[in-house]
Amino acid sequence: MSAASKQTEDLVNVQVDGHWIQVKRGTRMIEACKQASAEVPHYCYHPKLSSPGNCRMCLVEMGMPPRPTPGQEAELDNDGHAKISWMPRPVIACANTVAEGMGIRTQSTLAKECREGVMEFLLINHPLDCPICDQAGECTLQEYSVEHGKGESRFLENKVKKPKNVDIGPRIRLDDERCVLCSRCVRFTQEIVDDDVLGFVDRGSHNVLTIHPDKPLANNYSLNTVDICPVGALTSNDFRFKMRVWFMRETKSICNGCARGCNILISSRENKIYRQTPRENNEVNSSWMCDSGRLNYHLLESDARLTDPMMKKGKSHETVDWPQAIRRTAEGLLKYKGDEVAIIASARMTNEELYLVRVLADTLETKNVDTLKCHGEGDDYLNHKDRRPNTNGAKAILKLRSPGSRVNSIKKGIESGSIKALLVYGENIESKGFDDGVLSKLKFLVSSHILANPTAKLSDIVLPGASYAEKRGSMINATGRLQLLNKAIEPPGNSRDDWEILQDLNCAMDGKDFIYELADLFSEMASVVPVLKGFTLSGIGEKGASVIETGETIPLLEREAQRVNQGLIVG
Amino acid sequence: MAAPKYIKGKEPHKSEYRMIFRNVDRRGWDTSIKSYIADGGYKDLKKALKMKPQEVTDEVKTSGLRGRGGAGFPTGVKWGFIPPNNKKPVYLICNCDESEPGTFKDRYIVHQDPHQLIEGMLISCYAVGAKVAYIYIREEFPEGAKILEDAIEEARKKNFLGKKILGGKFNCEIYVHRGAGAYICGEETGLIESLEGKRPYPRIKPPYFPAALGLYMCPTIVNNVESLCNVKHIIAMGGQKYAKIGTPRNTGTRILCVSGDVIRPGYFEVEVGKITMGELINDVCGGLRKGRKLKGVIPGGSSAKVLRAGEKYTIGTGESERTIGINEIPMDFDTLAACGSMAGSGGVIVMDDSRDMTWILNNINTFYAHESCGQCTPCREGSLWMKKITDRMVSGSGVPSDLKTLTSVGDNIAGRTICAFGEACAWPTQSFVAKFPEDFKKHTSRRNAGKELNPESKAAAAGLKR
Repeated sequence: MSAASKQTEDLVNVQVDGHWIQVKRGTRMIEACKQASAEVPHYCYHPKLSSPGNCRMCLVEMGMPPRPTPGQEAELDNDGHAKISWMPRPVIACANTVAEGMGIRTQSTLAKECREGVMEFLLINHPLDCPICDQAGECTLQEYSVEHGKGESRFLENKVKKPKNVDIGPRIRLDDERCVLCSRCVRFTQEIVDDDVLGFVDRGSHNVLTIHPDKPLANNYSLNTVDICPVGALTSNDFRFKMRVWFMRETKSICNGCARGCNILISSRENKIYRQTPRENNEVNSSWMCDSGRLNYHLLESDARLTDPMMKKGKSHETVDWPQAIRRTAEGLLKYKGDEVAIIASARMTNEELYLVRVLADTLETKNVDTLKCHGEGDDYLNHKDRRPNTNGAKAILKLRSPGSRVNSIKKGIESGSIKALLVYGENIESKGFDDGVLSKLKFLVSSHILANPTAKLSDIVLPGASYAEKRGSMINATGRLQLLNKAIEPPGNSRDDWEILQDLNCAMDGKDFIYELADLFSEMASVVPVLKGFTLSGIGEKGASVIETGETIPLLEREAQRVNQGLIVG
Repeated sequence: MAAPKYIKGKEPHKSEYRMIFRNVDRRGWDTSIKSYIADGGYKDLKKALKMKPQEVTDEVKTSGLRGRGGAGFPTGVKWGFIPPNNKKPVYLICNCDESEPGTFKDRYIVHQDPHQLIEGMLISCYAVGAKVAYIYIREEFPEGAKILEDAIEEARKKNFLGKKILGGKFNCEIYVHRGAGAYICGEETGLIESLEGKRPYPRIKPPYFPAALGLYMCPTIVNNVESLCNVKHIIAMGGQKYAKIGTPRNTGTRILCVSGDVIRPGYFEVEVGKITMGELINDVCGGLRKGRKLKGVIPGGSSAKVLRAGEKYTIGTGESERTIGINEIPMDFDTLAACGSMAGSGGVIVMDDSRDMTWILNNINTFYAHESCGQCTPCREGSLWMKKITDRMVSGSGVPSDLKTLTSVGDNIAGRTICAFGEACAWPTQSFVAKFPEDFKKHTSRRNAGKELNPESKAAAAGLKR
């Protein structure tokens, strides 16, 4: 059997730029080219959205073997495949699927002419304001201009004038002159978030993108349109004019806004975060994230940020150094035994931090350990009603069946005087009824926060921790996926990575050996926490790994999967 | 049936074969169903309903009828594209968005003989299994829409449409849907989008071939007004007899709409291919005005490539191969295609030697730049660019590089767009510039910088003085 006739049910033979490859039946031509390392430039095509084929940038030359006349064998090429007869008209690679024996040319004269023609058309009315455009550096018009554009313009006419700096929603601005009318944003609002407020008006070269009158683009996923805009037409009010993109460092991490754990990129420069954008993970957040999660990094720049360890002196707090803070904390806790001590930890903490809390609780021999249950309103897309990113981690590591169920008995214990010391980690417990009246009954209160709050104010010792962007560690999201949190910037002032604080505290309590590396801490934890068995910190990978079967589904991903099955999107 | 008599001064030319236009300008004729039935109307519907749907389709296939909207695709074959094991509803749409400049035939059918269209549609619906049909009528025909709606009501009262038509099992509804004034709505997938209430952005094919994924993603047949009227006559006389009208592969009659520099412009229904361009211009239309010479003809609506007087065309193959001039071109689908243009929508625009082709192209370019829907890049940006170049040329600001730029802009549009609008807007530019370079060079030479060289304005000025 020749190579050409080797055709299984699921695979087809496709020739891309002269080389034969096998791809899955039903693959879009553009994806087949990608598999053959032949990048086909495109603007409107997005694998998560329908393909209208409007930009015409992905035009390629296509050919098929002619249908042999009955009784005749197909004419074969030297390589054993049926000879391809090339079509005179180019076809779009984005919306067409491959077929057995198909040939695709991405580098032929015709394909090149098509791309150059489209490039020229896209630029003739473009304002060419790259120097002041926020998209510069990540603009496909710029990128493809370099590869497929001309060195000079032959356009002698006046450019079409369109609206600029249009306020289309609370977080987004539109420059219609930069828009290439690819309709990605329109399709996103229609197909992904069911908020059909964007559309085109007028016609021909005067077409403009606009919002429905009186209906701003204000949904909680609106900023995704900025990400998928291939040019600088849609810009984020939060990010525009703040930083040139090529100066920023990108850190792969996860959002801590809710239990979804959307994969993100944190873009920072010189210890300052400038933006957060979604990172594709088809098991978690597809290519999207919500606006509230995206903008939550501003919390880190709050004036209320705690930057030094503090101890209460009289009615106010004074700054102390870390060794003193740790020693006094250990001393304070060790005065009490067993269930006289309670710990309220947080599902905002990483698995590693939670594990150190568990070690601490074991040392103190207390069973009064819990986290808070913090549920809010989720939505039908990605946002989860559990507002804490690591509830499943807290359950697994602290062996909590139902997080938050012991909080009331801890409160009663404090009120009755049976609980004398309390360690609060990462939560302002005032909202759960632990007000001045309750907490003042305690003999000793230690808490760790990143921002000043009423709980911190009542604490004998306050330990300033690091935010999600300032530390490394692992978490388990609502669907039971173990994912990595990575450090993008340093914690401010003298605040410290929380696992180090807890490690120091544990050391001060029982004098046990130090663990110097987070990876070693993870391995120790993995040896005692069943769901983490066999994992290492570095083995988690960029996209995480499923460790718990929670039975939960992700509404947005369910719908995308359905659309993939219908052949509407690539996925 | 007695031979109809026509209004004085509007009698058909002796070369005409009036079938579709039988009742246009007919003396004593009105649009009422009474007139229509008295003339034998709706008999063919009754005849069709006694046949099996497939038999109706087969008759249309046998007739060789080719679409009269512009592309000339065989109607029966188009009907056959509905997937065989289809479970979805089937829709029939009558494309009455007649917008191609130079074309004015469907409007007369709608305005003067609406029941012919309705009968043709009902027979076609029966053949393709459609229970719902739409007449998509352009915004500029408000009177036509009213006439059609009245006619539909009349037909309903007589039980020609509605439930259990003529006591049988066939149910069919026809709705009139008015457009909002856009040329692109005549493109079938743009029309479908518009009918669905959206912007008429044409769909990509594949996958959205209307016969499989049309209106509301259901199989949909879109036919031109004239094509649907022909169906009635095919059923009346049988496909084989119909196929004898016209010439082989180019059967039936065709309504040619002649405009421009002829003595007697107008609409003429002729057998396809039985009349030549020369006969049409010089005999049927009374020739050119005194002292004028033929310069060029756009044979099938403004998007068709222009033919230049004096050109030679080689048509036929093998032994039947021969070379002809513009006047010898038989007005049929295949020959006009062989001559490098198309029969298109039947709009014949005649231009004499008083015309400056730059101004004509500028006029055409202005139309297409205004009508481009703007969905896909080449047409959106290119159509306005071409218009701006010719704008500059006619206002005395042309530069020598303009010709090359114009042609290459056209080349960068044609064949690279979602729908045929790309060709429609590029072909005029490509053909005019290639065939009449001297007219264009006049506007790009430095010698004429600043001058508006418009012979038409001169003629108009002369007319004012007179």
